[in-house]
Amino acid sequence: MGKITLRNVTKKFGEVAVIPSLDLDIEDGEFVVFVGPSGCGKSTLLRLIAGLEDTSGGIISIDGVDATAMPPAKRSLAMVFQSYALYPHMSVRKNIAFPLKMAGMDAAAIDKKVEGAAKVLNLTSYLERRPGQLSGGQRQRVAIGRAIVREPKAFLFDEPLSNLDAALRGNMRLEITELHQTLKTTMIYVTHDQVEAMTMADKIVVLQAGHIEQVGSPLDLYNHPANVFVAGFIGSPRMNLVTGADADAESATTIGVRPEHLDISTTAGKWAGKVSVAERLGSDTFLHVAVPGHGSMTARGAGEVALSHGDTVYLTPQSGKVHRFGADGKNLA
Amino acid sequence: MSTQSTRAAARLMVAPSVILLFIWMIVPLAMTIYFSFRLYRLLSPDRTGWVGFNNYAWFLNSPDFWVAIVNTLLLVGGVLIITVVLGILIAILIDQPIWGQGPLRILVISPFFVMPPVAASIWENLFMHPQNGLLAAASRGLGYEPILYLESYPMASVIFITAWEWLPFATLILLTALQSMSSEQMEAAEMDGASALSRFRYLVLPHLSRAITVVILIQTIFLLGIFGEIFTTTQGGPGNASTTLPYMIYKQALIAKDIGRAAAGGIIAVILANIVAVFLMRAIGKHLDA
Amino acid sequence: MARTVTTNQKITYTFFAWAVGLIIFFPVLWTILTSLKTEASAVASPPEFLGADWTLQNYADVWQRSDYPRFFWNSVIISIGSTLLGLAIAIPAAWSMAFVPGKRTKDLLMWMLSTKMMPAVGVLIPMYLLFQKTGLFDTRIGLILALMLMNLPIIVWMLYTYFKEIPGEILEAARMDGASLKNEILYVLTPMAIPGIASTMLLNIILAWNEAFWTITLTTVDAAPLSAFIASFSAPQGLFYAKLSAASTMAIAPILIVGWFSQKQLVRGLTFGAVK
Repeated sequence: MGKITLRNVTKKFGEVAVIPSLDLDIEDGEFVVFVGPSGCGKSTLLRLIAGLEDTSGGIISIDGVDATAMPPAKRSLAMVFQSYALYPHMSVRKNIAFPLKMAGMDAAAIDKKVEGAAKVLNLTSYLERRPGQLSGGQRQRVAIGRAIVREPKAFLFDEPLSNLDAALRGNMRLEITELHQTLKTTMIYVTHDQVEAMTMADKIVVLQAGHIEQVGSPLDLYNHPANVFVAGFIGSPRMNLVTGADADAESATTIGVRPEHLDISTTAGKWAGKVSVAERLGSDTFLHVAVPGHGSMTARGAGEVALSHGDTVYLTPQSGKVHRFGADGKNLA
Repeated sequence: MSTQSTRAAARLMVAPSVILLFIWMIVPLAMTIYFSFRLYRLLSPDRTGWVGFNNYAWFLNSPDFWVAIVNTLLLVGGVLIITVVLGILIAILIDQPIWGQGPLRILVISPFFVMPPVAASIWENLFMHPQNGLLAAASRGLGYEPILYLESYPMASVIFITAWEWLPFATLILLTALQSMSSEQMEAAEMDGASALSRFRYLVLPHLSRAITVVILIQTIFLLGIFGEIFTTTQGGPGNASTTLPYMIYKQALIAKDIGRAAAGGIIAVILANIVAVFLMRAIGKHLDA
Repeated sequence: MARTVTTNQKITYTFFAWAVGLIIFFPVLWTILTSLKTEASAVASPPEFLGADWTLQNYADVWQRSDYPRFFWNSVIISIGSTLLGLAIAIPAAWSMAFVPGKRTKDLLMWMLSTKMMPAVGVLIPMYLLFQKTGLFDTRIGLILALMLMNLPIIVWMLYTYFKEIPGEILEAARMDGASLKNEILYVLTPMAIPGIASTMLLNIILAWNEAFWTITLTTVDAAPLSAFIASFSAPQGLFYAKLSAASTMAIAPILIVGWFSQKQLVRGLTFGAVK
């Protein structure tokens, strides 16, 4: 019902090819996250799927039908914008009802649907308020309500949590994931936050400069990054990437080890250095270690680690946890 | 965000305004140029013909013309200086912690909404009038003979009236700009040890420079065409003492009814306005971005 | 350094600020006061302040016993007429420039601004002659057209800046919600644009009401609005100060009141959006 296919999709702004040529398959019911640094084209890609931008080439199919020339209204897709894009002059009720009104539904049916959506999203007591009178999280829910009510083939989310404070973000992340489990509709979610990507996605699409770097499940990307870029992008704190003699010893141009795969010792180990900063979160401690010749490396210790600025420390990668990358950046495994 | 069909519709919607303004600019201007080279007097319409640059020569040779140019520049320059300087000072004053800023703003901006003929009439009759005016009464009260403002100092009087009308505009714009200054910037400067005067010189004035630029540009556009005030009070007199270029052209057109000459004058005015505009844009254009 | 302003400082600032304000406002105040005096009281020497003879007769006289109402209604019709006509032409233009900008849009806007820089005297001759020939001279329609053309650049610019402030995402949301172009404009754009349109309307009425060049040069008797009336009324003979003041007060009162509420619009409109 919500299968979306992209073949050879390109997008140019003037002479600049923001998306050179892209193929992608999104299965019905999947929660797909487009993730990547600023300017990688993820929002553009979303807007192409939505129909808010014309493609410069290629085909976009929705459920097997070529939708490339279809206007947004006809694609049966719903979008939740980063700024929520609520209609400021309409009440919450009217906001949620708007798409149904545009579809020509009769008033009684509209009311029923609106109230149903409001109940699911805990908005019933706010139905008569205006967006201006709501908090950020409430506005978010209204935006989602407006999307749900249309029973679209797929939901498109454009960085919906960026404007919320940290605590709220955590809650909304759960709510959106639960929503997906309830509705089982395809969801395409754009974010620059790789934590959101890892926790919410069935499938992650990592983008850089309009190219797909890798498509896979979160753990796929975590355990088997296809290249240096994905390796450095997925996982927080960032994977430690080492070049030079240590890499040559492994027959690679670059080797990478995640902070959580480094053993910390005060006595002996592969890499020696001095702790520059120790970040104590209570549940973990992240040590930033200045290793001569390798700059700064990060290592994770469980719980509280009794090391601080100036202490000498030895880091050793756990066996089997070293990733090897060739001269072209690709994973050698 | 746009597709083919919306783009076509858009072009259609812009068309009427563009066409109208284009016609409004080109056609009358072309006609004025045409008439400026001809002999054409409404009182003797049969005598017409091509006279080349005679009409222009008449202006350039007429002492009245040069007086008018000077008066025009005096008017624009004088009003600009008065309104900008006083505007900044008054804006700063109003921006201080005071009671009743709202009502005060209303008082201060009022002169701008008084139409020019009424403004001129008020000053001419109620204040500057040698017998019944308040200023005359004040003079007499102090033991002096009342000054015949409009007779003895016609241009200065016109400048004064016009400045009174436009001071609120400058003040309002500058006050708006002043109040849009981020207080954090000022607080940072305070913590850095800057005195009030330094803060004014290094923070406030640069921030205001854009608004000042806009004020000067906009006011110049309007000040070059000041008419109602002169028409109501001095009619350009005594003699040509308070005649500006627009007024002189008006006299040629509607009083002397010499179309040819008035047209030439109009073209000269357009050239003058363009010169001023070029100067202005170059000097302060960098502050503007559309 | 003390963070709070002392009451003494506040009193001083308030005193000076209000002194300046009252000086600036005084001519208007004096006019209103004079309009409420008898003629004798108005020209009394030394001038009478509080001890004058007060009356409302001047207003009655001006309104009932002279042509004043005709000039007043001319002003009303011409201001509102030229504003509505201008809006009708400018709204589509500003809409398309704000939402479907082309490569030339910026240039187009700057060109419109430049047409306002041209001095009116440059086109006085052709306008005068054209109006005479087409019978538009001394008609309200003629003035509506002339003033509309004068102010069109300002109207377009002002609407453009207001339209640009409508977040594009909201219109996109409407499109995703299935709204056709017509519905998008009807249900979303127009309600959000109404405050901007109203502000533009207000400013333009002010500018048209106060216009004192075309209203004087292109009229004689029939279509003359208040600006022309007062301008010629100020002749040396037949001066009746109190009545003149009453006529003046009535001429400026509507715009003064409208203006008091339009400060923000004024700033935006007359600076072509450069200062907000």
